[in-house]
Amino acid sequence: MSLDAKDVAKIARLARIRVTEDEKIHLAAELSGVLQWVEELQQVNTDGIEPMTSVVGARLKTRPDVVDHSTTRDDVLANAPEAMAGFYTVPKVVE
Amino acid sequence: MSLTHLTIAEALKRLDSKEITSVELTEAHVRAIEGARALNAFIVETPELALEQAKAADARRAKGQAAALEGVPLAIKDLFCTKGVQTTAGSKILEGFVPTYESTVTANLWRDGAVMLGKANLDEFAMGSSNMTSAYGPVESPWRRKGDNHPLVPGGSSGGSAAAVAARLAPGATGTDTGGSIRQPAAFCGIVGMKPTYGRCSRWGTVAFASSLDQAGPFARTVEDTAIMLGSMSGYDPKDSTSVDMAVPDFRAAVGKSIKGLKIGVPKEYRVDGMSAEIDALWRQGEQWMKDAGAEIVPVSLPHTRYALATYYIVAPAECSSNLARYDGVRYGLRATGKDLTEQYENTRAEGFGAEVKRRILIGTYVLSAGYFDAYYIKAQKVRALIARDFTDAFKSCDLILTPTAPSAAFALGEKSADPIAMYLNDVFTVPASLAGLPGISVPAGLDSGGLPLGLQLIGRPFDEETVLAGAGALEKAAAFTAVPQIMAA
Repeated sequence: MSLDAKDVAKIARLARIRVTEDEKIHLAAELSGVLQWVEELQQVNTDGIEPMTSVVGARLKTRPDVVDHSTTRDDVLANAPEAMAGFYTVPKVVE
Repeated sequence: MSLTHLTIAEALKRLDSKEITSVELTEAHVRAIEGARALNAFIVETPELALEQAKAADARRAKGQAAALEGVPLAIKDLFCTKGVQTTAGSKILEGFVPTYESTVTANLWRDGAVMLGKANLDEFAMGSSNMTSAYGPVESPWRRKGDNHPLVPGGSSGGSAAAVAARLAPGATGTDTGGSIRQPAAFCGIVGMKPTYGRCSRWGTVAFASSLDQAGPFARTVEDTAIMLGSMSGYDPKDSTSVDMAVPDFRAAVGKSIKGLKIGVPKEYRVDGMSAEIDALWRQGEQWMKDAGAEIVPVSLPHTRYALATYYIVAPAECSSNLARYDGVRYGLRATGKDLTEQYENTRAEGFGAEVKRRILIGTYVLSAGYFDAYYIKAQKVRALIARDFTDAFKSCDLILTPTAPSAAFALGEKSADPIAMYLNDVFTVPASLAGLPGISVPAGLDSGGLPLGLQLIGRPFDEETVLAGAGALEKAAAFTAVPQIMAA
């Protein structure tokens, strides 16, 4: 699989990372190199093999559905680059 | 003997006999760190906190309440969240992030009386094999090639931890291993590094890279010290759903156990094309040492080994692209400006992430995107299942697997970074066990012709760290590795 600058722009948009025109060309070559290299997996016969999603047992433990006071609002907001009146702030999203 | 040259076991013995105090031991290491800043092994040094913890440890010991690591100073990889102490994951996007909580692994260490010297440098978000992707600058290995003063890499991603332990800035350090990030730097720096079974240590409060692979583990200068640290770091944690609810064995007691009668598997697929003669010779020497200690060498086959790296470089970036979606400039870390929310996200992530992290997020985004998900991601997960099955089959005829840790000794800073795939090949011997979730250890076993350390790796069955440690103890005894780095605290 070979990617061009347009493909990189699309992936970068999905990943929410701004890339410059120069970076697109550079990244297209680098990402194509990695994708061509991983292509070799297509040689492996995986008929009837279940995809491995976890190395430990897939059964998750449950916990009682009760309020837990392990953290506070102020703790949660302590590292926010901009917090106001107990909330995170973002640029206006609703017109 | 200088206090910075004591092993953890020796230090504990002297603390017990009141020959030394934790304050003295800690002060010696704080001074050593100050004198070795050129290595760039630490992102943050915490001398005041260390002395405060040391005093408290001495007070507890005086009252007869000494825990397993009471008063022992350690370096902590800057991937573990530490309450009130900046935690960056080696990334600009987390510069200034001060956690309001403590990771379970470090909380376990403090519960057992350990003292924190500082936060060790690492590859950005633990993505790298050289420590050169850190936003806080590369770490230099304390080792030098014979007759050559060019700085070498300490390996990665836990490069600061490994360099600190090798340079006698700390007797032990925490690391994390996703595809070899403990074992490879341990081999490059001539020390011991262990990745336990996935699920043995809680991942809670450790900055996530690839959640199905990430596992914490210890670095130290002896197998016994590694076992002591692992005992404190391990244990079930209800806050991590993949942490396993099993009793923590007495790891320390496993070191020194006889390996007589154990079967040691040697996988033929690891004898890769173009393997250096020195690595090959060391591996054969390792087989001989195990035989001399009473073990039996058996050939085993891990037929899907050659596909492990490609599998890893789909699975790990896919998980990283999901995990790193949380860095949005809203909740913590760097925030860039933008005309709307999307542009703010895009600018924040463009400014905050380095080149290797961006590369992996983009690869991961691509392999998870509509139309490519089955061909790449699901295919890789199926091959991963085959790689894990290879190990299950191999362990029917052996108890441990012996391999080299890395395909070469440490390389020079800047020698390999141009080609990402050349860098990825460093992990060829460590990635398969990571994909299968198995415990692995690297033991320093010899020097190459340039005078640089080389490591041998032992891989064990799931949750059989005790046999891994017994085997590692036997290797350590036979190898009698006493070489020390050129740059070292007095």
